[in-house]
Amino acid sequence: MLQPANLAAGVPARGKSGAKSPSFWKTIRKYWVFYLMMLPAAVILFINNYLPMFGTLIAFKNVNYSKGILASPWVGFDNFRYLFATSDAWVITRNTILYNAVFIILNLVVAVAFAVMFNEMRGKMWAKFHQSTMFLPFFLSMVTVGYLVFAFLSHGNGFMNTYLLPKLGLQPIDWYSEPKYWPFILPIINTWKNIGYYTVIYLAAIVGIDQEYYEAALIDGAGKWKQTWYITIPLLKPVMIVMTLLQIGRIFYADFGLFFQVTRNSGILYPTTLVIDTYVYQTFIVMGDIGMSSAAGLYQALVGFILVLVSNAIVRRVSRENALF
Amino acid sequence: MSLPTYDTTKVLDGRAQARKTTKAQTDLLVRENRLGSISAPANAMIHIFFWLYTLACLLPLWLVVSVSFSDEKLVVVEGYRFWPQKFSLAAYDFLFKDLTQIIRSFGVSLTTVTVGTLLSLLVMTLYAYPISRSDFPHRNVFAFFMFFTMLFNGGLVPWYLVYTQLFDLKNTLWALIMPLLVSAFFVLLLRTFFANTIPSELLEAAKIDGAGELRIFALIVLPLSLPVLATVALFQTLNYWNDWFLSLVFITENKNVNLQFLMYKTMLDIQFLTSNSQAMAEIAKQGGMLNIPTETIRMAMAVIGIGPIVFAYPFFQRYFVKGLTVGALKG
Repeated sequence: MLQPANLAAGVPARGKSGAKSPSFWKTIRKYWVFYLMMLPAAVILFINNYLPMFGTLIAFKNVNYSKGILASPWVGFDNFRYLFATSDAWVITRNTILYNAVFIILNLVVAVAFAVMFNEMRGKMWAKFHQSTMFLPFFLSMVTVGYLVFAFLSHGNGFMNTYLLPKLGLQPIDWYSEPKYWPFILPIINTWKNIGYYTVIYLAAIVGIDQEYYEAALIDGAGKWKQTWYITIPLLKPVMIVMTLLQIGRIFYADFGLFFQVTRNSGILYPTTLVIDTYVYQTFIVMGDIGMSSAAGLYQALVGFILVLVSNAIVRRVSRENALF
Repeated sequence: MSLPTYDTTKVLDGRAQARKTTKAQTDLLVRENRLGSISAPANAMIHIFFWLYTLACLLPLWLVVSVSFSDEKLVVVEGYRFWPQKFSLAAYDFLFKDLTQIIRSFGVSLTTVTVGTLLSLLVMTLYAYPISRSDFPHRNVFAFFMFFTMLFNGGLVPWYLVYTQLFDLKNTLWALIMPLLVSAFFVLLLRTFFANTIPSELLEAAKIDGAGELRIFALIVLPLSLPVLATVALFQTLNYWNDWFLSLVFITENKNVNLQFLMYKTMLDIQFLTSNSQAMAEIAKQGGMLNIPTETIRMAMAVIGIGPIVFAYPFFQRYFVKGLTVGALKG
């Protein structure tokens, strides 16, 4: 069966792992070229990823730029106490998880439905055409998506307010200052942008299903609905489970671009659009509050870490070869 | 005593017969209903549905294009429409009068895409190859060093401080390139590909012939890995081209504003495009900011920004779909 690329990055390389290892220095001498080859990426990784990991200690400091970061006093869990004393902590956690939950469900249901429809439709040329067009939004940057949404929702000139709503006899809506609409707008846009990608993955899995199942079902008199329900869906289950669990592992990380660009970072919308990632950005870059921001960042990293471990443990039980590690 | 005998040939014959009849029946079904095909109305419904969805994917882009070619005054009065109520090139006229910033931004985007993609491909394959070799005793340690970054990260604040305080990379092109250079996901993808598709006998043979590791890597491993290299290059090209977050965080000066970030800034404030003296003179000539077709210029800027990706899309799409299944080559 075909597997999407992002399911195939398991850690241990094939080969004898328990082999008796020669002495450390002998290995170094024998494979010195390898260490040299790995050096550039290792250095970049160290700067990009490992230094910031040590830097999370900053969340336990009261940073004072005039003293320098190293000399700033330790304050224990004060930053976390302040963070969780605000209502923001609850709002951003709720928004991040609820939006991601909705995104995950839509990605699954819509993509599987689309893939099944593509597989059944006659006229494969058109199927290819529609599939390609559907993939286009996936390639657009979030800035572009922000423009497209703005063209529809702009208060003064947007297509919705100046054409569609009046035609329907409705009052114009100030979309960018009405928080209540965004829990519906954002899932639509997220699905619109990503569905082409997920559809391709599920379609590849469907195409990989052995035709004999369907022939046998046909002999038994099973119609298309039954075939879909009792053959296609059950055989897709492993891919569905793995794709979903991988997304659940990242449920604590929001799509920064979506929540920042598409909402135009409108402050009035924050009650329904502020997520952990935008909160960290906003409190740090805009408000300059290092303490709160790094506390929120570490909170996200730690909970995210636990969630990845848990979801991966479940993937391992479902299908070992698809587990991340 | 005679045992009951079974004429096995007969039984087999009977089975074959049964199979034959069901085969005939399915053939009939195939002819009647085309095996595995849905009914004509259902098929038509699916076609209509996907046409509508395709329109939903294309129309938003078309709306932006349409506004960019519209007459500003009518846009302001009537709003954005899918067909220009009065065709006008004023927005593009204005943009083309002073292309300095746009060309500059194009240059920044092109530079980061080319340098970034090539460098990242080089650095990542150099890391992926040793950890793909099953005879390399430390491979798991280094694989884990890479992999751990997928599980845990320090977050925005420490990362930003490393880039700005420790290395002083603010406002440099390097700040737009380096953060995306090494991605654990791609390294592990490359590693898996190397481990499973390059026959170790080939490497042994080359070694016996006296080739060094670097030579083997450059002359045997890389040429055999073109599919996965193309996939990673494609993904990275897209990542670099579409990036605006790094600019948002690190770029405060106009000289290193890339195309996506220019679009973002134009969206926030049309005057950003006109912040140079030549454009200001042009604005003054036309009677100040009020007479500038801001709404249509904004959308024209978007068209210029979106254009390249839409044109490259057919190419990208084809290889991208192929690339999604490259990782499937697991042992």
